[in-house]
Amino acid sequence: MACDDTTFSQGVAAPVIRDPLKIRLARFPWWFTVIILIAIATVFIIFTQESYNEAFGFIRAGLAVTVVTTLSAYFIAIILGLLTGLGRIASNVFFKNLATFYVEVVRGIPMLVLIFFIALVAVPATTAALNQLGVWLVSAGAGPVGQALVDINNKGVPMQLRAIIALSVTYGAFSAEIFRAGIQSISRGQMEAARSQGMTYWQAMRFIILPQAVRNVLPALGNDFVSMLKDSSLVSVLAVRDITQVARLYAGQTFRFPEAYTTLAVFYLTMTVILSLGVKALEKRFQS
Amino acid sequence: MMQPDDIIVVRNVSKHFGPVWALRCVSMTVKRGSVVVIIGPSGSGKSTLLRCINHMEVEDEGEIYIDGQRLLKDEKQINQIRADIGMVFQHFNLYPHLTVMQNITLAQEQVRKRSKEEAREIAWEQLKRVGISEKADSFPSQLSGGQQQRVAIARALAMKPKIMLFDEPTSALDPEMIKEVLDVMLDLAKAGITMVVVTHEMGFARAAADEVIFMDEGRIIEQCVPDLLFDNPRHERTKLFLSQILHK
Repeated sequence: MACDDTTFSQGVAAPVIRDPLKIRLARFPWWFTVIILIAIATVFIIFTQESYNEAFGFIRAGLAVTVVTTLSAYFIAIILGLLTGLGRIASNVFFKNLATFYVEVVRGIPMLVLIFFIALVAVPATTAALNQLGVWLVSAGAGPVGQALVDINNKGVPMQLRAIIALSVTYGAFSAEIFRAGIQSISRGQMEAARSQGMTYWQAMRFIILPQAVRNVLPALGNDFVSMLKDSSLVSVLAVRDITQVARLYAGQTFRFPEAYTTLAVFYLTMTVILSLGVKALEKRFQS
Repeated sequence: MMQPDDIIVVRNVSKHFGPVWALRCVSMTVKRGSVVVIIGPSGSGKSTLLRCINHMEVEDEGEIYIDGQRLLKDEKQINQIRADIGMVFQHFNLYPHLTVMQNITLAQEQVRKRSKEEAREIAWEQLKRVGISEKADSFPSQLSGGQQQRVAIARALAMKPKIMLFDEPTSALDPEMIKEVLDVMLDLAKAGITMVVVTHEMGFARAAADEVIFMDEGRIIEQCVPDLLFDNPRHERTKLFLSQILHK
């Protein structure tokens, strides 16, 4: 073909060539289609089979606990993580070491063990310490405050709250590392430019560094949320009635293991797949 | 003795990074309203000297006075003095998440405590001055390198600084954009703004500088008016450096 320059004249778009069928087939998200099919099949079974319908109704009762536990633990973990992340990069020796100690300790202990430890050792120890402090305050003359502390009862701290504390502490350490990496990914020049204008360290952090860092780590934080949702199933070991715990109870009472655990798995899968799609959309949006 | 007109006084300043001496007992004085250009091979300490002037680097020994005030290791004082010293960087360092306008108003509002309206008005003034007011609502990534550097200059000027520091402002630019930045800097020089410029642009030094300082290995080797230094360097090292960069 002769190379005619008018082919490239302004306003004439290059012709769109469709990819061959083979390539389009290879790109198709088959995995997602299969997940959708599984979900549809499960919904169908739940509606048509009495035993699955019953299991679904039973497990659904735990959904609120799972959602509330995950959301509140995540919220606390983000704040804890941001503070710890800032501590990790601080020049202050005390805060730097405190933050590193926390992160390293949490990362070195299995999550299940940590949940037992916090719920059954750390929380009772803390309430005992507060009681002791209360006794001391009462004898020192600070009656009302002291009495309030003495009245704190270890048994009065609900297991769900302990579970939330345990998950927050664990994920606080994970998100601290995300925040630290996010802050350190911002070029030094940004801090220098802000400081050269007379901004304080904290002004520069707040207006220049953190907005950019948080934007960069949003997908990672989203993935953390998905992980947290899955790991919230661990709190069933504390007899907190989340969907995992009620599914276990249902299976224990009826011996209908396939009904209980298939329904449970599809519960998690539905939630995590939807959330993952959200995270992917987030990634795309901030890819610039 | 220090004169009231001496806006920057650097006295016997030394600074090392690890085992390397970046500055060895450097002294210099910059008069109010004058333009000083610092040249020298890379690693000669010229950027370090510039960064010591607003304490982005802290000297190990010696004293630095800005407008008669000694720089101390005191955060509050340093922040105050930095607000009075505009700095322009090699890589612009604009805030990429903010628009051009927000880039220029942020520190005015946070540090100078100006109202939003006042900050915007001053920002407009400075954007016009660097010839780029039509880009006020763009983000830095939408601008060319030369435009970004001009915004960076406007950002520094908006603080109404007493001194402007330029750290190789054209070194990261594509060749065709160097002139637009140098033209802005020449205007500032003519307007009587005190400037200390680290650069390799000898044309700019000749046209704008009241004084050129040649540095090598952390020392000031030679310091005089540009024509004399370029046409008649006294030191061998200056001659060698000039012959290398001017390809003579």
